Amino acid sequence: MAFLKVSSPHAHGPMSTGRVMRLVLMATIPGLVALTWFFGFGTLTNVLWASLSALAFEALALKLRKRPIAFYLNDCSALVTAFLLGIALPPGSPLWLILVGTGFAILLCKHMYGGMGYNPFNPAMAAYVLLLISFPVEMTNWLAPRGAVPASELLGPVDALLRSLGIGSAPIDGVSMATPLDILKQNDALLVDDLWAQTPQFGTVAGIGWEWVNLAFLLGGLYLLYRRVFTWHAPLSMLLAIAIMALLFNDGGSSASGGGALFNLFSGATMFGAFFIITDPVSSAVSNRGRVIYGALIGVLVYIIRAWGNYPDAVAFAVLLMNFAAPFIDHYTQPRTYGHKKPNAQEKA
Amino acid sequence: MSDVNYREISLNGLWKNNPAIVQLLGLCPLLAVTGSVINAIGMGLATIFVLTVSNTCVSLIRNITSDAVRLPAFVMIIAAAVTCIELLMQAFAYELFQILGIFLPLITTNCVILGRADAFASKNRLLPSMYDGFIMGLGFSAVLILLGAIREVVGTGHIFANMELLFGESAKAWKIVLVEDYKAFLVAILPPGAFIFTGLIIALKNVIDGEIQKREAAKAENTAPTSRRVRVTGNIS
Repeated sequence: MAFLKVSSPHAHGPMSTGRVMRLVLMATIPGLVALTWFFGFGTLTNVLWASLSALAFEALALKLRKRPIAFYLNDCSALVTAFLLGIALPPGSPLWLILVGTGFAILLCKHMYGGMGYNPFNPAMAAYVLLLISFPVEMTNWLAPRGAVPASELLGPVDALLRSLGIGSAPIDGVSMATPLDILKQNDALLVDDLWAQTPQFGTVAGIGWEWVNLAFLLGGLYLLYRRVFTWHAPLSMLLAIAIMALLFNDGGSSASGGGALFNLFSGATMFGAFFIITDPVSSAVSNRGRVIYGALIGVLVYIIRAWGNYPDAVAFAVLLMNFAAPFIDHYTQPRTYGHKKPNAQEKA
Repeated sequence: MSDVNYREISLNGLWKNNPAIVQLLGLCPLLAVTGSVINAIGMGLATIFVLTVSNTCVSLIRNITSDAVRLPAFVMIIAAAVTCIELLMQAFAYELFQILGIFLPLITTNCVILGRADAFASKNRLLPSMYDGFIMGLGFSAVLILLGAIREVVGTGHIFANMELLFGESAKAWKIVLVEDYKAFLVAILPPGAFIFTGLIIALKNVIDGEIQKREAAKAENTAPTSRRVRVTGNIS
């Protein structure tokens, strides 16, 4: 062993990329369990196909780019992209849809830009948006949750596999139902309270199932926060921004209402986005002050698109839009290094 | 200016200095109307016509316009040519005219055309200018049609649809369905698809150029081990 002369600092970060990624994968488990309990095994088949195809695409891209394959596959970043995409897609999505998604995420969004650490956009969210605008029918086909339909209607493991492959004697169809966010968007006749009472999909604070799924992702996110995988700045400011926007524009529950604060916090992909998407270290802002601004603007955009936009859920769009803005935010929130003036003030002088 | 190299002009317009994928001029029509092959052909033909006519006229008046007013004069010529092609298309291909819509009159503002008028036609004799306009238009159209074909196939699963708009009733049979029951891949037809596929085409061209350069370098090493070459990477004339 050579004795290298290394200058300070001598402290090592105990967190390697692979370790962080594996922690993130572990933290998705509560959310996956909740999704499977309420929506059947469709999400698990999504994740399975997405993982297999993402690893294959990653290996292909690394081979084409003549990079060490085993080294980069071991950091599990492709697997994280696959998990996030598989969770975001409607349960039991067809295999071809997942293949298009992971192919776009890994080949175009990640490796075209230079691979791990260089992608300006979150690959999973970019792929989700690509699929959403390309295949709106398949992408808005959410299954009904346990509680709104009898448990026997949920997809079992074998059914989910057959459904994703599109084979079987009869086409295997889960009962699909509009998500609560969708119902609220389509509604233009009923007061929110009446809508709540008349539609089976609504639960205590948000949709049946959805509130538990969001709680589960919150749990996973808090675990990651406890393990210091990311700081509290971005998630907290995003959630606060959503709550504040919902409170500001809450009109007492008219038919045009965008829903209250609790409803927005526990609907759709809010918690998943706040703890698993916007904390992506590559495509988000880097300084703590930057992260507060980045998260808050995502929260504001989420509410704006949910309440007044065309699409029922908005996390993916909001994240992509703010990915564009992240370098700009970084430029204006560059922290002052000790003993120096403010970086941008120095430029002028 | 006497020794005009036609081979050089052709190579420049079609490959080395291609207006669409090297100079990146005229991106607006390139991105906007290449959703299908027929749109691309219509736009390509119109551009070839305008480029050739404007280069010809500009070359004719190059010695009698003062530098101060040359750009307005060029634009007037280009606008006149565009008006001609617009009226022609209204007369002979009305449906295509309606599909291309605003992008036909917008050829006036296409930078390829003003660029060639200023960079080439205003400095060269009649025939080379005419030829340059035609070849540049051809290079531009080739990229348009390639992009249109890729986007039509990926987006809709068939190719050469609606060719009767330009080639008469018999062209209806040209449509080839490549994949039955294709799920429309909408992104390819929407604007993002244009950006993505244009980027991929440019990347492909760079890869091919790199290969050619590598091969030439290897050849030069093999044949003349003692001779020294000055490396030149890309030139824009």
